[in-house]
This record gives sequence, C-alpha cells and structure tokens, in this order.
Amino acid sequence: MSEKEIPFTAYEFQQYLIQGELMASRCVDCQKIYLPVRAICPDCGTSNLEWIKLSGKGKLAAYTSVYIGPSFMNDLGFGRDKPYLTGIVELIEGPRISARLLGLDPENPSEIKIGTPLEFSGIEIGEEDNISPQLAFKAGE
Amino acid sequence: MPVKNKKLARGVSLVGAGMSKFGSFPEKSSRDLFVEAFQVMSNSVDKEFDPQRIEYVCIGNFSSDLFEGQSHTAPIMADAVGLVPKAAVRVEDACASSGVALRQGILGIASGLYDIVLVGGIEMMTKLPTSEVTDTLAAAGDVLYEIPVGFTFPGFYAAMASAYMDRYGAAPEDLMQVALKNHNNGALNEKAQFGVTIPDWMEKRKQSAEKKGKPIPEWNDEMDFLHDDRANPMIAWPLRLFDCSPITDGAAAALLVADDIAKEFTDQPLKIIGSGQASDYPLHDRSDLTSIGAAKLAAQEAYQMAGVTAKDIQLAEVHDCFTIAEVIASEDLGFFEPGKGFNQAEKGITTRDGALPINTSGGLKAKGHPVGASGIGQVVEIFKQLRGRAGERQIKGDPKLGLAHNVGATGQTCVVHIFQREE
Repeated sequence: MSEKEIPFTAYEFQQYLIQGELMASRCVDCQKIYLPVRAICPDCGTSNLEWIKLSGKGKLAAYTSVYIGPSFMNDLGFGRDKPYLTGIVELIEGPRISARLLGLDPENPSEIKIGTPLEFSGIEIGEEDNISPQLAFKAGE
Repeated sequence: MPVKNKKLARGVSLVGAGMSKFGSFPEKSSRDLFVEAFQVMSNSVDKEFDPQRIEYVCIGNFSSDLFEGQSHTAPIMADAVGLVPKAAVRVEDACASSGVALRQGILGIASGLYDIVLVGGIEMMTKLPTSEVTDTLAAAGDVLYEIPVGFTFPGFYAAMASAYMDRYGAAPEDLMQVALKNHNNGALNEKAQFGVTIPDWMEKRKQSAEKKGKPIPEWNDEMDFLHDDRANPMIAWPLRLFDCSPITDGAAAALLVADDIAKEFTDQPLKIIGSGQASDYPLHDRSDLTSIGAAKLAAQEAYQMAGVTAKDIQLAEVHDCFTIAEVIASEDLGFFEPGKGFNQAEKGITTRDGALPINTSGGLKAKGHPVGASGIGQVVEIFKQLRGRAGERQIKGDPKLGLAHNVGATGQTCVVHIFQREE
C-alpha cells in the first residue's frame, strides 16, 4: 500500500507512532495540516488529503499535572503520590495535539512555563503482550 | 462565523420546573429521582394541571448505560411518571444533555407538532466507584486522541486554567473565590448536595476530628484551608478538590407549553425568548484555549433571537463544572471582557447581591453535578428567581431576564437559553 492509499484513521496514526513517526494529514487543495488526522478537510471540504511527516518540534500550549488519573494510568503506578504531566503541544507546522509531557517535574507544575520547547518522543505503555504507544513530548535539556 | 438571525416559528413558555434533592442515594435509582423531580415540577405549576395533557417527553442523560447498566432510558422515565404511550426520547450531549433536551422540547413546540412537552434530565453516578466514574466521564472526551495520553475531565479544565493564568495573570486563589461564592449560595439551597459554606465545612471538619480523637486541624481562614493539601487535595494542577463539582445523583424536570396556552397553567409564565446551540472541536484543536467557541456562538444565537445583549441579563446560571469554567463562561457570554472574569466573584459583582449574580443556586459546584440533569437543574433556579420565589437566596431588583448556559465535555457542545417574565 503506497502512503497515499493508507486511510486517515487513528489506527494508522498509531501504526506510524509505533514506527517512531509523527504523522498528520494535509489537504492537497488548501495545504492545511490536520492532527488528529482528518479524511475530509474541515476547511475546504475536499477528500483530497495526504499523509505528511511532522518535524516533531513544538512548544507547550497548556498543561496539567494529574493526581487523580484514569484506571489505566493508575495501573501504571501513577496516582496521588506520583502525579504525571499531560497537556497540549503546538507543533511548529501549526496543529496542536494532546500528549504526555516528559522531562518536566510533575511535582512542581507551577514552575513549568507555557511556551517551553518540546520534542516528539513516543513512549510505550503496558505489559509485554499488550503494549501500546502513547504520544509524548519531551522538554530539551 | 456570523450567526444567522433565527426565530422560533411559534413561541414557547416555561410554566413549571422542579428538581429532586441532589446528592448520593444508594437506595434509589434514576427513575426514583425522576419521579421526585416530576412531582416537584407538577406542584410548581400554579393552576390545575393534568399531566396526561403532556404529549412528548425529552430526557437528557449522559450515561445511564455505564452508570446503571440501563440503556433506552426515555420510555422507562415516561412509564415512571405515568406517561406511556406518549413519545419519549433520550438526548445525549455529555454534560449538556438536558440543556439540549430543553432545546429539543422547544423545537417540538415551535414546529407546531406539540403544545405541551415535558423536558428533564437524570443521572445516577454514585453507584460506581470513583475510579470508574472518572473513566465513564472520560468517555465524553476523544477516546482516540485525548484520553489515551492521560487526560481526565479535571485535567482538561486544568489545562485551560494553565493557559488562562499564563495569558491573563490570574492565580489559583482567584479560582478559589468562585468556590467560596458558590458554596455561600448553595448553603441557602435545600436541594444542594453540598449546601454548606466553606467556613461551615471547616467547622465540621474540626468537630469530626475532635469526635474521633484526632488532632484538630488549625486554619487561619478559608484561604488557609483551601491551600491545605490534606483538606483540599490537588486533583489536576492547578485545580484542587474544591475547584471541582462533585459526583452526584439527581434529576430535574420542566414543563414547556405553547405561548398561547401558557396562562392556562400560570399567571407568571416565563417566555423562552432565546435558544442557541453550537459544537466545537476537541480542546487541542481550538485556536483559543482560554475560551469556549461553542459558548460564544450559542450565546450569539440566543441573544439575537431574544433581541437582547449581555448587558440586559439580570442573573445567570452558568456551567461551573470547575471554578475556571465559571470564569471562562462569564467571558464567553459577554458579561466581562476576555481576561476580566477571574476576579469578579472576589469583587462582589457575581455574588447574590452583586450587579450580575451568577449561580445563585450554588452552581454545579455546590448544588451538585448529576451531569445529564444539570442543564434543567439550572432552569429550576431561573424559574424560581424570575418569579420571586427563591426564598432566602432571592436576588433583589425584581429580575425579569435570566440566562442558562450548559456545556458538554470541554465545550464540544454548548447550549444557551434566555428566559423572560412578561409583565
């Protein structure tokens, strides 16, 4: 299957993520870039889209440190005594996406600055037979 | 996007509204709470009212499926209040479910198909343990892109708060003032789940510690208490427990009729002069993280239909699922300029005796947030306040114009209604 034929689904987005690639869909007609990927351009309405690889570079737009998480994060050992950071990253290509945030201190969220430069860094969560990729971005040194 | 000026083809009036007690009721199901709300609503209709005249039932509910293992809820509710075989429909738009049910009821009458419609909302949330409630609510987020990276509902609003604080220089303490105000209001609402002021709550905590022989906590004042990690733990920075609405069981009901028959039910009907609804992208896809676009559009549509502006509104019930949500709502609705909403509670503008009282019921924060019932719960307060029947928490100035603002999830749905008492 050539890249052009790969459907614009969350599943395929995840398959790219597993290979370490952060992909988005771009409207061939109006050139707008969409992440989460879209099969129909919300701006001009065409179905003429293509996959593009993003640079993976971005900055922090909004964030939180979660102390009471969903069950699957609790199962990974997070919780009241071990919060984790998640937020919204604005990519240099324009789109924004929700992602885990690494390389910053979840215990001191008030020290974190909106606008902090971030870089794509997929991580894997789960046990041996049930590993799934989790989109994450990491702050530079 | 400019909003086209829309009108209803036929006017709709609110002639009755009532709610169950909000709280935690392990011995009840949502249908029991809906019966209670329906009875209170029926008693609120001033003149003789035969419920059999109801032609259509529209019930807002987020997830009886996951909370109670019960789908296809609408006919069950119709049965519980004696309305089978009238048409019954369930409306699901997350926490805006019953605000949208209200709108669907309005459209049913405006279309000419029905004259008398029962709208309501139900949610029974406490049967699940808290962790499963968190997971169930998370289903209102985007389960492909938002939830897998660890977002929770407090987390979404916390992220909005982080962007808001960064942009406008607000602090967590400003948000705490919203909680203080709404608990002050809720303390005067006998239907509220946490109908207690924060100082009274502190006193209760002390008494309980004393009874158990534990060390009695010492707090200098409310802000000291609200900064105490043990008394008011962090949920999702910067939001603590008292920034969040509770997990609640509850139901609410309202009676809508065509304008031309409203006087058969009461001499004090409220005309629903504005109705607006819009949708939005998941949070990450929005151009502005400090505002809810759907709320602005829904408000614009409702104001245009009503022929009024934000300045004309005399009281509002807004969707304060989290303290930051009330701040953002008050800006999206045009009550305050962007970035100016965060200190209006502290300044006394939005308190009960302020220039624009917001959430006199206690809001979702103190009254409780049975998600699918909250939209009609707001209508109950507007119905009382605009008819001078809100008892101890009645606002002054003989208000005639009120607004209800109900949000689904992080703002993917918003619905706004404007109510007016005719002279």
